[in-house]
Amino acid sequence: MFQILHGVNVDWMKRRHLAFFFSGACVLIAIVSLVLHGGPRYGVDFTGGSLIEIQVTPPVHADEVRRAVDQAGYRGAEIQELSRPGQFLIRVEPRGGKASPGPLIAQALTSQKVGEHVDVLRVESVGPRVGNELRGAAIKAIFFALGFILIYVGIRYDFRYSLGAVVALFHDVFITLGALSLANKEITLTVVAALLTIAGYSINDTIVVFDRIRERSKTLRREAPARVMNIAINETLSRTIITSFTVFLTVVALYTLGGEVIHDFAFAMLVGVVFGTYSSVYVASGLALEVQLWLERAGQGRGKK
Amino acid sequence: MTRSDQWKFYLTVVFVLASLWTLWPTFQFYSLPPQERQAVLQARPSQATSETERLKLEKYAKLREKAIKLGLDLQGGMYLLLEVDTSKLGPAEAKNAVEQARQIINNRIDQFGVAEPSIQRQGENRILIQLPGLLDQERAKALIGQTALLEFKLVKTEEESKALYDRVDAYFARRLHGGAAPDSAAPDSVRHPFTSKLLTSSHSEGIVLSENVPIVDNMIRSLNADSTFLSDAQFAWDAHDTDVQGRTARGLYVVGKEALMKGSEVASAQMRLDLDATRPGAPGVSFNLTSRGGALFGDITGANVGRRLAIVLDGRIQSAPNIQEKIPRGQGSITGTFTEEEAQNLSIVLRSGALPAPVNVIEERTIGPSLGQDSIERGIHAGAVGALLVVLFMLIYYRMSGVVAVVALVLNILGLLACMAGFHATLTLPGIAGIVLTIGMAVDTNVLIFERIREELRNKRTVLAAIETGYARAYRTIIDAHVTTLLSSFALMWFGTGPIRGFAITLSIGLIINLITAVGISKMIFDAWSVRRKLTSISI
Repeated sequence: MFQILHGVNVDWMKRRHLAFFFSGACVLIAIVSLVLHGGPRYGVDFTGGSLIEIQVTPPVHADEVRRAVDQAGYRGAEIQELSRPGQFLIRVEPRGGKASPGPLIAQALTSQKVGEHVDVLRVESVGPRVGNELRGAAIKAIFFALGFILIYVGIRYDFRYSLGAVVALFHDVFITLGALSLANKEITLTVVAALLTIAGYSINDTIVVFDRIRERSKTLRREAPARVMNIAINETLSRTIITSFTVFLTVVALYTLGGEVIHDFAFAMLVGVVFGTYSSVYVASGLALEVQLWLERAGQGRGKK
Repeated sequence: MTRSDQWKFYLTVVFVLASLWTLWPTFQFYSLPPQERQAVLQARPSQATSETERLKLEKYAKLREKAIKLGLDLQGGMYLLLEVDTSKLGPAEAKNAVEQARQIINNRIDQFGVAEPSIQRQGENRILIQLPGLLDQERAKALIGQTALLEFKLVKTEEESKALYDRVDAYFARRLHGGAAPDSAAPDSVRHPFTSKLLTSSHSEGIVLSENVPIVDNMIRSLNADSTFLSDAQFAWDAHDTDVQGRTARGLYVVGKEALMKGSEVASAQMRLDLDATRPGAPGVSFNLTSRGGALFGDITGANVGRRLAIVLDGRIQSAPNIQEKIPRGQGSITGTFTEEEAQNLSIVLRSGALPAPVNVIEERTIGPSLGQDSIERGIHAGAVGALLVVLFMLIYYRMSGVVAVVALVLNILGLLACMAGFHATLTLPGIAGIVLTIGMAVDTNVLIFERIREELRNKRTVLAAIETGYARAYRTIIDAHVTTLLSSFALMWFGTGPIRGFAITLSIGLIINLITAVGISKMIFDAWSVRRKLTSISI
């Protein structure tokens, strides 16, 4: 048998306060970044507006593209240089009732001799009203997805665990949101899909650990709760690490090789997988332990009276 | 093998064969050379000219239907969400307008020649159009979005027009002067705010310099807003700019408010290059009227010999020829400064009829074919590398048991693709991401089971017992994990749009199949392996 992490015996729960501190710091950083950036940076899917990806051959400087775009009447457009030479992403604010600016901008670039050939690779144009609707749909999707998961966890486990699972879930999604904000990435429809997948994975990881805690608390009735949890976490640790590692491998492949369109999705997943693994061990179980200890103290207090 | 094991085995064989059979057309399609693949995409059996060709095209159409299709993001194409503006229609008209618009747009796209277009109604007054593959996107958009309301209107006589211009001048002069008429000594631009912007003295056909067009247009708008002013006449711009002494200008006509005849009487229309004798080779459109329209046209022309008849398309004057004599045959033509493509578009929209109400593009996503090609290559590359890394890891870490897991994984992906082909689903880039995550979940399932079996082995159980309890104990956790992930995918499917749904659908199908392959089939392989060999140790 080729094994990693067999027979580990780490006292995870002893260091849970350190973990709470670390998580708190991460959440705080996420909040600060979100506040400084004025909330999450929504993509055109949600704000309305247009996104135009062009390829200029031979490659030119971004300033030349900006000048041409200004001339075309789209002053204040955001111009972003992509990793491939000559590829630019142009973001234009929504305009009431106007047709897609793709051809206009391409025309302006061609007529001003920016490069010899301008190729419009991709246009995404969303009217402001559709943007609002898509945002509503995304919020609904998130709300119901989390709601369904929580109801299921609530039915399968008792309240002590549910609280830990819920907090871990929001912890992971929120920190990923913060990481997106720090990296100045946009929230698009695909990123929302990534956030929900993270939620799924996070709860999945948590459930595996919880299942084992529940199983062990039946066989090890006399042990202290902290010890039961440590045993359960240590026993499932190799599975947790292996699974996270394999998911990590595939997501890294998507991130490095998947190309522009899937890049942000993979980025969100990458952050989410790392924090999801960490949180199932520390945040979810740690909180479940706190709740249990608190219940016991309360019970003892009542008993003494 | 016990009896139930045999059943499982046969079911697995059936599952594999059925999957391969369903995927065979997809394999056939994508192994065709690119040109023939294009031919398959374009094939329309109804347009076959011979029996052998029809058979071939039918075979193509069937192949196309059965193969997994690539989404717009992977093959390039256009996604348009249109909103039909029914604000000016009555409630009864509005109800039919959207369906009518959909049919007309369907008709136009059909004549434009796009492979596999999808035109669906969405919600109350929206139409979703998906046009995959290579196409002239601007032309397609112009074709879809044009209302194409063709009207025949009488141009007002010189006297009628002059009377109108005088009233308009007086109206604006008063408005600019706070209600009082300006005195006769005032400059021309004050006494004649409207006509002073016109170049010619001809009133039925005025000419406005390009820079003045927006000013005059604004004045006309404010006139139109005053419902009492233009009761039986209206201003209409020429559709094309003209050249006046080296400066660009545009014609402005005064025409009757009521249309004498509408485009619904057009029976057929063709692009022609020989319509204008003075400009041979200039593209134009000739049309034939229905018999009813022909009779009506005869009456109209007969009653108005010597006057000008304006051909108005979407409120713009295409041409305004003099009626020389009564035209008994229902035939006419539209000439102007068209490009060949514009004339082609015009003939298509005339044939397929006018939209009952204007449409607006409220969402557009266009993927150029080069980016599509790039995405698919990168997506497949990334997916393959990711899968390969996982497979390698599983083989190194779990050895023979890893082989079992990989077999289960391959069967899972096979089944997933077969389901997509069977449901005529489309493979999109988020769909590929869904497949990759399915791989992640499938591996996780086996890891859960294998780690459990290892634990049981460490607890000194026999191989058979370890496998039994390993599967049994991991099962509960696996179900929990799948249910929670499925729940979030279902939420995505219900409320998500476009790309998100594609992702959720592939992930859900993958997870359901995973319960069969990673739990059922892998257990079967283990059982067959351990029972048959009476194993005392296992490579895990």
